[in-house]
Amino acid sequence: MEIFLQQVVSGLATGGIYGSLALALVMIYQATDVVNYAQGEMAMFSTYLAWTMINAGLPYWAAFVATLAIAFVGGLVIERVVIRPVENAPILTIVIVCIGLLVILNSLAGWIYSYIQKPFPSPFPETPIVIGTVVFGAHDLGAIGVTLVVLVFLYVFFRYTMLGLAMRAAAQNPSSSRLCGIRVGWMLAVGWGLAALVGAVAGMMVAPIVFLDPNMMGGILIYAFASATLGGFTSPGGAVLGGLIVGVVENLVGTYVRFIGTELKLTVALTMILVVLVVKPSGLFGRAVVHRV
Amino acid sequence: MTGARAWERALVVAALALACALPFALSGFRAFQFTQVGIYAIALLGLNILTGYNGQISLGHGAFYAIGAYTTAIMLDKWNVPYGLTIPVAGLVCLVAGFLFGIPALRLEGLYLALATFALALAVPQILKYFEHWTGGSQGIVLSRPEAPAGLTLTPDQWLYFMTLGVLVVLFVLSANLLRGRTGRAIVAIRDNPIAAQAMGVNTALYKSLTFGVSAAYTGVAGALSAVAVAFVAPDTFNVFLSITLLVGIVVGGLASISGAIFGALFIQFVPNWAQDISKAAPWAIYGIFLIVFMYTMPRGIAGSLKLVLNRLARASGGAGGPV
Repeated sequence: MEIFLQQVVSGLATGGIYGSLALALVMIYQATDVVNYAQGEMAMFSTYLAWTMINAGLPYWAAFVATLAIAFVGGLVIERVVIRPVENAPILTIVIVCIGLLVILNSLAGWIYSYIQKPFPSPFPETPIVIGTVVFGAHDLGAIGVTLVVLVFLYVFFRYTMLGLAMRAAAQNPSSSRLCGIRVGWMLAVGWGLAALVGAVAGMMVAPIVFLDPNMMGGILIYAFASATLGGFTSPGGAVLGGLIVGVVENLVGTYVRFIGTELKLTVALTMILVVLVVKPSGLFGRAVVHRV
Repeated sequence: MTGARAWERALVVAALALACALPFALSGFRAFQFTQVGIYAIALLGLNILTGYNGQISLGHGAFYAIGAYTTAIMLDKWNVPYGLTIPVAGLVCLVAGFLFGIPALRLEGLYLALATFALALAVPQILKYFEHWTGGSQGIVLSRPEAPAGLTLTPDQWLYFMTLGVLVVLFVLSANLLRGRTGRAIVAIRDNPIAAQAMGVNTALYKSLTFGVSAAYTGVAGALSAVAVAFVAPDTFNVFLSITLLVGIVVGGLASISGAIFGALFIQFVPNWAQDISKAAPWAIYGIFLIVFMYTMPRGIAGSLKLVLNRLARASGGAGGPV
C-alpha cells in the first residue's frame, strides 16, 4: 500500500510535468492548428539558460523568473520570425519548419553546453517528507505545487483578463476578431510566448529528475503527446488531467506489470495513444470537430 | 502539354544514363553514398504514395524501414537465405504490417495520424531491443556484404549500386503505372475529398489501408536493401530521426511527385554532409537552417519548382503552350 501511494504521488509529479508540456502543445494547437514539434526542445533550451544563470550565482527563484521572461520573449520572437512567413503554407510545410527548429535548438544546445549530462538543482529540500508511514520526495510534492500554480495563473489569465479574452477570440474566429480590432497575428505570437513559458516551467521541474542534456525532452514530449491525446487536443484542462493520468499509469504499470518494467515504457505511451485514438479520437474532454461539407 | 512531356522524357533518359555511368567515375565510397541515395529514394517514394498522393501523414515510416531491414537481417543471419530472396519477403512482411497498421489509421486524420505514427517511430528501438533473441538486442546483427555474382567484373560497391538501381527502376515504373491509372485516381480522390470519392463508389477504407500497405512495402524494401548494403542493423539506427528525415525528404523533394523522391533522397543524403563541412560543431543547426530556408523559397519542393521551370521552357521553345 505504501509503495502504491508513493508511486501514485511520484506519478502525479511527473504527470504534472507531462501535463504542462501537453498544455503548451494544446495552446499552440488551438490557436493555429499546428502541433509544435519543437516544444520540447524550446523547453530544454530554456532550462539550459536557467542552469547558466544559477551557475553564475543567481539565486534559484530569481533565475526561475528570469528564465520564464526570456522563454516568453523567445517564443514570441520565434513565432514572428520563423513561423509567420509560412503561416498560410500547407500544414506539412509548417511541420517541417517546426522540425527544422527542433534540430537547430537541439544542435545549438549540444554545441554550447556539450552532450554530457548535467545535474540540475531542485529548489526543494532534499530530505523526504514523511506523512503517516509513507515517504514522499520533496521535489515530487514541490513539482505538483508549481504545476498547480501555473495552471491557476493561466486559468485566471484566460478567464478574467482582456488579453486572455482577445486571445481566445482570435483562436476561435480569426476573421471576426480582426473585424473587432483584435490584432490576430500578435495574439498568436503571445500564445507562442505563453506556451514557451509553460514549457520552460516543465523543463525546470523535470531536469532534476532526468538530468539536463540536449535530448532530455525527447521521451517527455511523447508523453506530453499521449497526455494531450488522452485529454483531448481541444481541451486545455483535459490535457493537464491527461498528463496526470499518464504519469500515474506509467508509474503503476512500470511497478506492477513485470514484463514491461522500464524497458518498454515508451511502448506504453504508444499503446495509450493508439487506444485513445481508436476508441475516442477527440480524447476524454475534447469535443469532436465537425466539418461542414 | 506535349512540349513539357518531351522535356520530361529527355530528362528521364539523361538521368538514367548518368546513373549508369556514375559508379565507374566515382570512388567506392562515393558509389556507396549513391547506393544510399537510391535506397532513400525507394523509401521516399513509398512515403510519398501515402502522404503526397493519399494525404495520410506518417511520421513513423522509419518503423517499416526497420521491419524491412530486420526481416532481411534475421533471414540472412538465422537461416542463411540468399539475400536476393530476402528483399521481396521483407517487402511482403511490410505490406502486411502496413495494411494492419492502416486499419486503425482509418479512424485517424491529419494531426492524429501524424501523432500515432510518431509514437510508433519512437517506440521502435525499444521494441527491437526487447526481442533480444531475434534481433541481437542493442548490439544489433552484423552481416557480411555480398560479392558481385561470378562473371561480372564489378566491385562489391558497384554491384550493390546496380542492384539498388535495378530495384529502384522497377519500383518507380510500377508506382508510375499504379498512380496513373484508375487506382491512382481513386487514391488521389480520397486525398482531395474523401466524401465525394466515397459517393463516386470508391471503397475508401479498403483503398486507404491498401495504400498504407503498399507504401510500407516500398519502405520495407528500402530497409532490406540498406541492411544488405550496410551489412549491419542496430536498433538505434532506426530512431525517430530516421522517420523525420524521411518526411523531410518528401516535403523538400516535392509532395505527390515521383521524381520528387529522387531529389529528396539527394537532399537527405548530401545536405547533412555539407552541413558538417560548414560547421563541425553544430552540423544539425546548419541542416535546420537549410531546411527552413528551403521551405521559405520552395514551399512545393524541388520537383514543384522544377515543374514550373519545365513548363516555362516548353512554352518558350515550342510555343505549344503548356498548362499555366
